Amino acid sequence: MTPTWIILGATSTIARAFARLVAERGENLLLAGRDMAELNRTAADCINHGAPSAEAIAFDARDMASFAPILDKATATEGAINVAVFVGSMPTQDEIDGDPALIAGTITDSFTGPAQFLTLLAPLMEDRGKGAVVGVGSVAGDRGRLGNYVYGASKAGFHTYLSGLRNRLGRSGVHVVTVKPGTVDTAMTWGMDGLPFLAQPDKIASDIMRAVDKKKNVIYTPFIWWPVMTVIKSIPEAIFKKLKI
Amino acid sequence: MRWKHSDYTGWGRVHRASGELARPERAAALSELTKDETAPAIGMRRSYGDACLNDNGRAIDMSRLDRVLEFDPDSGVIHVEAGAQIGHLLKTFAPKSWLPPVLPGTGFATVGGCIAMDVHGKNHHGAGSFGQHVTEITLVTPKGEQIVTPKKHPELFKATIGGLGQTGPILSARFPLLKAKGDVMVVTERRVADWESFIGLLDTSEATYSVGWIDATARGAALGRGILEEAETGGGLVKPAKRGKKIPLNAPGFALAPPVVRAFNATYWRRVPDRGRTSVKPIDDFFFPLDKIHDWNKLYGKNGFHQFQCVVPLSSVDALRAILEKIANSGLASPLAVLKRMGPGRGGYMSFPMEGYTLAVDFPNKARAEQVIRELENMTVAADGRVYLAKDALASAANIRAMYPEHDKWLSAVTKADPDRAYETDLTRRLKLRDPA
Ligand SMILES: Cc1cc2nc3c(=O)[nH]c(=O)nc-3n(C[C@H](O)[C@H](O)[C@H](O)COP(=O)(O)OP(=O)(O)OC[C@H]3O[C@@H](n4cnc5c(N)ncnc54)[C@H](O)[C@@H]3O)c2cc1C
Ligand SMILES: NC(=O)c1ccc[n+]([C@@H]2O[C@H](COP(=O)([O-])OP(=O)(O)OC[C@H]3O[C@@H](n4cnc5c(N)ncnc54)[C@H](OP(=O)(O)O)[C@@H]3O)[C@@H](O)[C@H]2O)c1
Repeated sequence: MTPTWIILGATSTIARAFARLVAERGENLLLAGRDMAELNRTAADCINHGAPSAEAIAFDARDMASFAPILDKATATEGAINVAVFVGSMPTQDEIDGDPALIAGTITDSFTGPAQFLTLLAPLMEDRGKGAVVGVGSVAGDRGRLGNYVYGASKAGFHTYLSGLRNRLGRSGVHVVTVKPGTVDTAMTWGMDGLPFLAQPDKIASDIMRAVDKKKNVIYTPFIWWPVMTVIKSIPEAIFKKLKI
Repeated sequence: MRWKHSDYTGWGRVHRASGELARPERAAALSELTKDETAPAIGMRRSYGDACLNDNGRAIDMSRLDRVLEFDPDSGVIHVEAGAQIGHLLKTFAPKSWLPPVLPGTGFATVGGCIAMDVHGKNHHGAGSFGQHVTEITLVTPKGEQIVTPKKHPELFKATIGGLGQTGPILSARFPLLKAKGDVMVVTERRVADWESFIGLLDTSEATYSVGWIDATARGAALGRGILEEAETGGGLVKPAKRGKKIPLNAPGFALAPPVVRAFNATYWRRVPDRGRTSVKPIDDFFFPLDKIHDWNKLYGKNGFHQFQCVVPLSSVDALRAILEKIANSGLASPLAVLKRMGPGRGGYMSFPMEGYTLAVDFPNKARAEQVIRELENMTVAADGRVYLAKDALASAANIRAMYPEHDKWLSAVTKADPDRAYETDLTRRLKLRDPA
């Protein structure tokens, strides 16, 4: 039985690269997101890269009512269900400081929305007794930085949620991978200057696929971010609070 | 942020541009962009000169719109976004025994770039140019998407094929893939002693794919010696190619010093046994031999390099010999030199191909090389030939007008499509292509 991947935030460029890898393996796709026209183009691309089926489906992290049809579709499939979360939004810290109401949306997009969805999906995955959950967090969630600590806080929340979910789902054969990308060359970062170790979406996607295959728990991608973040995490708060990094 | 300040270059790294780039990641974002301020589209910047540059202006990087929207496994017809790289299409469809109908020498070229330059491949003598296979193009205009076909919009279509992007951004295109025997190439290499033998062999070759490597440093009796490669697609097993290597930034100048090149070329030529040889190669090794070395253009150091490529009609074969002689005597040529026989196929008013012989030679960017290339350009005009705009960085406006007799038809269609000249690039300005005659 062919596995199915639910991709949340399938219009993200990293998600698109990942969906192509899934398609090339000959697995099914449910491409979930807000921009249906765009999702349909990606669905076609997946079919033409080898997916037996690829379907666009509406999903809004801020609207729980949009979750049910996706869960119904998942229930109707046979075989393993996998899910990969690429949803996230990153208003600048300045925008947030000017309008704190943006915090709720940021947290919903990157953390609570996907967490609600995964919590609803979990029993089904437990039932199937196999499959994988991929949660895309960020190195920004490892430490509260001056430049984007609300986005960082939402990612930190998501990391912790994924850690707990791993503990729960591991008991029934479902594996959870936490992905912490560094800076990636996508629409989210286009126009930002001086980004270190900027990686291409293809590279992140293939690192994610390898992590799924090898059942890794937490990965930094590209790998250089593991030593970098190990150092950054070890800086004592008394010093860190004076740094601008 | 939509527009990002960028410094960028063409493949030859001689011309440089500084300006704002947008890189739409979705089709709707492209339409949005063209509504507020439209700008020329660019692909992977594999054009050598300034075709893909807009200094002090804006340009739209199409590389992220790269999806295969439709593929019909019976007819092989594909509908694909213009940012898709031709090498990706090859990799994806060759295992199913379908090949892009025309493949330029680099797999990084996008479908949009292949259309806008009406590129030719090693099968040009039989299959014609890329644009001749295209049956439908979707342009994004400030008024919305426009589907252009040769039947309904013959002028606009012919102005878009080989049209240097001047009719606006191409969002997607439809064309049939070619059925192949399999996903490997059966390649026969033959050592060729001199110019006369080379022309003779090219004239009589019956292979589907053929291309000549020429030792552009050999002089006298050895002038025009080289290796002729002829190939057909085949089925079977072959070892996978090794991964790409990166060139360290700005390699030292001595790597391409004339004595080194002469020695390299002589060894390379002798590598093929006298009696020739036939081997099976991975398909991308045959079509994109240079792509395995990423950023090989940096071998020429920070000054960059030029490629001179011309085509002359069959009757001007002696003039081409004189051109090669001039190159060989200059002692400036790099190992990368190609001779090929072209068929008559061309898809647009400004397309490069004509029935005849095409010669392409790389030169490091030095004052003396520039002077030699200008002389070669004059010799090309005199031979009723033309210079390829995908490679050119030096030509003069007057020479280009003389070489491209359908320029006026192109200009009138392009002026209709883009009266405000919003899609001009550094190349169209340098060559005054958009100026009325
Ligand atoms: C190693 C090497 C080998 C090559 N071999 C060959 C060969 O064998 N035969 C051959 O014909 N050429 C060859 N070329 C040239 C190359 O195929 C062309 O320059 C091609 O146009 C490059 O595509 P690109 O996507 O990089 O386009 P760019 O160089 O970025 O742009 C080229 C032109 O296309 C326009 N353009 C690009 N995308 C779009 C779009 N979506 N909509 C509208 N306009 C667009 C640009 O405005 C510009 O005028 C070779 C180049 C290299 C580097
Ligand atoms: N780029 C980086 O440097 C970087 C670094 C670390 C982590 N990440 C993470 O990687 C993931 C993918 O990001 P990206 O770089 O590919 O950027 P992106 O293209 O902006 O992707 C963000 C995705 O989230 C979706 N989204 C946002 N809010 C949503 C909502 N309320 N409901 C449904 N979907 C919503 C967007 O959908 P729409 O198309 O509908 O807007 C889009 O698909 C994100 O989680 C991001 O935080 C990125």
